[in-house]
Amino acid sequence: MNESAQPSRPVAKLALGPAWALFALAVVLIIARPILPDGLMRPAEMLILPLADWINAFFIWLRDDLGLIHVTRAFADGIEWLLDVTANILYGKNRWPRIGPLPWIVTALSAACLGYWLGGVRLAVLAGGTFVWIALMGQWKWAMETLSVIVVAAPFSVLLGLLTGVAAWRWRRFEAVLNPILNIAQSLPHFAYMIPVVVFIGVGPKAGAIVTIIFSVPPMIRMTLLGLRKVPPEVVESGKMCGSTSWQLMTRVRIPSARTDILVGVNQVIMQCLAMVVLASFIGMPGLGQKLLQLLQALKIGRSIEIGITIVLLAVALDRCSKAWAERQPVHHESGTGWAARHRVLLTWVGLTMAGFALSAEVPFLAEVGRGQSLSVANPLDAAMSWVIVMIDPVTQWLRWFLITWVLIPVRDALLWLPYTAVLVALAGAGYAVGGWRSALICLGFFGYVAISGWWDRAMITVYTVLVAVAVAASFGFPLGIWASRHEKRAKRVLLLCDSLQTFPSFIYLIPVIMLFGVNDVAVVGAVVLFAAVPLIRYTIEGLRSVPESMIEAADMSGATRGQSLRHVRLPLAFPTIMVGLNQSLMFSLFMVIIAAFIGTQDLGQEMQRALSSTDVGKGLVLGFAVAFIGLMVDHLINRMADSRRRALGL
Amino acid sequence: MPVSEPVISCRNVWKLFGPSPETYLKVLKGDPGFETIRQAGYISAVRDVSLDIARGEMLVIMGLSGSGKSTLVRCLSRLIEITGGTVSVEGQDIGALSEKQLIDLRRNKMGMVFQSFGLLPHRTVLENVAFPLEMRGQDRTTRRKRALEVIELVGLGGREDYFPRELSGGQQQRVGIARSLAIEPDIWFLDEPFSALDPLIRREMQDEFLRLQGLLGKTIVFITHDFDEALRLSDRIAIMKDGAVEQCDTPDRIVLKPATEYVRKFTEDIEKARVVHAAGLARPINGVPLRGQPVPGKSTIRALARLLVNDAREVLPVADEAGRITGGLNRQEALDILLGGHA
Repeated sequence: MNESAQPSRPVAKLALGPAWALFALAVVLIIARPILPDGLMRPAEMLILPLADWINAFFIWLRDDLGLIHVTRAFADGIEWLLDVTANILYGKNRWPRIGPLPWIVTALSAACLGYWLGGVRLAVLAGGTFVWIALMGQWKWAMETLSVIVVAAPFSVLLGLLTGVAAWRWRRFEAVLNPILNIAQSLPHFAYMIPVVVFIGVGPKAGAIVTIIFSVPPMIRMTLLGLRKVPPEVVESGKMCGSTSWQLMTRVRIPSARTDILVGVNQVIMQCLAMVVLASFIGMPGLGQKLLQLLQALKIGRSIEIGITIVLLAVALDRCSKAWAERQPVHHESGTGWAARHRVLLTWVGLTMAGFALSAEVPFLAEVGRGQSLSVANPLDAAMSWVIVMIDPVTQWLRWFLITWVLIPVRDALLWLPYTAVLVALAGAGYAVGGWRSALICLGFFGYVAISGWWDRAMITVYTVLVAVAVAASFGFPLGIWASRHEKRAKRVLLLCDSLQTFPSFIYLIPVIMLFGVNDVAVVGAVVLFAAVPLIRYTIEGLRSVPESMIEAADMSGATRGQSLRHVRLPLAFPTIMVGLNQSLMFSLFMVIIAAFIGTQDLGQEMQRALSSTDVGKGLVLGFAVAFIGLMVDHLINRMADSRRRALGL
Repeated sequence: MPVSEPVISCRNVWKLFGPSPETYLKVLKGDPGFETIRQAGYISAVRDVSLDIARGEMLVIMGLSGSGKSTLVRCLSRLIEITGGTVSVEGQDIGALSEKQLIDLRRNKMGMVFQSFGLLPHRTVLENVAFPLEMRGQDRTTRRKRALEVIELVGLGGREDYFPRELSGGQQQRVGIARSLAIEPDIWFLDEPFSALDPLIRREMQDEFLRLQGLLGKTIVFITHDFDEALRLSDRIAIMKDGAVEQCDTPDRIVLKPATEYVRKFTEDIEKARVVHAAGLARPINGVPLRGQPVPGKSTIRALARLLVNDAREVLPVADEAGRITGGLNRQEALDILLGGHA
């Protein structure tokens, strides 16, 4: 009923005086560096809070005094039982119900049928083909180890997310408490989740499954909440007027109407599960991730590439299938259609499965691909790769030398050279410039935590890696985005590519850079650059493509050249969207830097790895929060900036 | 119009939006007007409305968007809680009903049709129409039988297995109508049911609606922002502005004797001869015998145009459906309305 026809209020112009004053103060602090007392250079010892000890004490209390460990162990045992069942069915682990393993041909045919039902022939080929590839490459056991965890973890987190989402929708207060928790949870790096799980559950598949569940719940909660909010009021009212009780209204009206959003949540859960389950190899989770980790550390590039392809195929297949499920619209059958015709795919599946069982009994190769039978081309691939690497070695050598000597080390040293007070004051100034005193305080609070956590130098190294990587990514990402946005078809193709790249677990990006640069800082930056470029390109294209046609036409009719139109019309209008891309890019890089720790960095991630191997919850969480707060601060700064631009543009 | 106790009766109904509407309403004495209330920080979506709706009557609530008509109909069905006043349905104050009683009332007595249809996207036409029956807990076979009956009634036979998105707008609204009729409600609320449809379909649906009403004879509250639609369908029209009812009367009287300036402006561009009926213009004859063939009271002045121009009588007798003479039509007056002029 509220027609918002009134013009939006003019944006209050913020006086930037205090911001300039803060920047000036930061400059003064930097210039005065030689005569600064030590307390202004680095946080004094007395300022650094023993947060890690407090957290450790709290966790010991939780675990032993409160006896939470019995609860978690019991829960973990339940999960383990489920894992054993799926492990037995998928790859024949010797546990109840002892009926597995399914012949791979049956699994592949089932996947193909599911793919066909969800999205026709193309998805059938993708899903079925993925499993055929896995089997033929001799990776069946590893892949099934990974999959058996996802099969258990994903439904759990969907259910958990759905219930929590409904609760948050129902009780505003609960949502108000939940929201900041979700914000932090979604900016905590993967490793931060692992340490508490190791403390409470230990290592191995069940720990991997549980950390996967915890990690993948937040997007499900968010999407459930969003979906329930989006149900049109008239649909709810019509439900009420039909005399539904509130339970009937929830189960038969609200949730089914929010189906699409909830299924998008399911898609995100599955993708998060895959990303986490691969990383969970750090806490002893067997499967593709562990293999990839071992092979990468042994620099066995050929095999790594094959496993990388498997992970990518799995990611794309899972993503496309679950998305197809979300987009699937019910279609009616002509009246009088028989049961068999209505359940054609189901019957085909039953038939194919039976045929698969029969065939695999005859031909053992179709049941299990033996050791010597796989078509893996790892050895020749290794040889080819070595040749390529030797060939381009001069180039990579030079690039490595150039980057390390002229970019990485100078930037790192400069950041480490800065007095921490100057950094904090400058950040407060930036905060003030985008959102007044409130934002200044928020920035100061988030980054102040980093100072008092006692990991300032490590944090600065993380920041430097992220900054360099995003700068490099932007240097080619923006032009690429602008180029791609020029034609409808090209834009679509590049967007599709970005979509696929975004579904890859972050781990995958390490393979090519390790291959090219070996294990060092350049490889880390390289991986982060690749990972960070994707959202930049994507949002640049989306921003530029979404500029209203009429405005571009108006610019054209005013006689603007292509360049002028881009500079004066399209880029300014696309700016808020591009900012979203930059924000995501920074977040992704932050995560990636932490993950890349195992190939040798000196930043927060490295310390986190150490905390993980010594199961030091306190240290791990202190570090995790440092990463999360850096992320949240960046998020706040950029979102405020994009928001005020958006309002100024009346978008 | 049958004279009986009203089916729906609302007395001094208020709906305020704002920080603490109940407290504010207690302080109010009478109705200070929309603006004054807004100055105090409240939006009066429904302002001191009193209406009675008789059994079998079709009341059309008419107003521009934002005038509170949709809110009012939601107060009548208690989809939203009112801030003050009472709404009674068949003598029962619905504000006092428990959750369970309210659900019972909706399951047995009320049906509602929505502007954007409010269909459940994941259910077929049949399942949508059967939904209220399912809520009542009827078994599948009965549900199916009754739903098919209503689907047939609204002319959608053969489409029962379609999903809403496979239907056109007009067809979707037929589903909405069928669903609201499935439980055979006594009271039928229609909230701008045809506003989302294009003009040709709207016209067709209005005819369909009149046909159904002729068949079923329900008590109807019909919301619209389209004055022509209101005139076409209604027994009585309530015109709303800023949450208050400006005038509630028969179309004839609204056109002939607008109660406020606002109503007059509304009716200004209407061709009155199409609206005013002979019976509406007729005066009591007090026993004075009138000569000649009577004109039917249900005819509009427009329909009588030829007769009015050619007939020489000064006063024409007006007869009701039974043929009884109910009054006399002053020919000059009728001609004034017909020609738009005033002597």
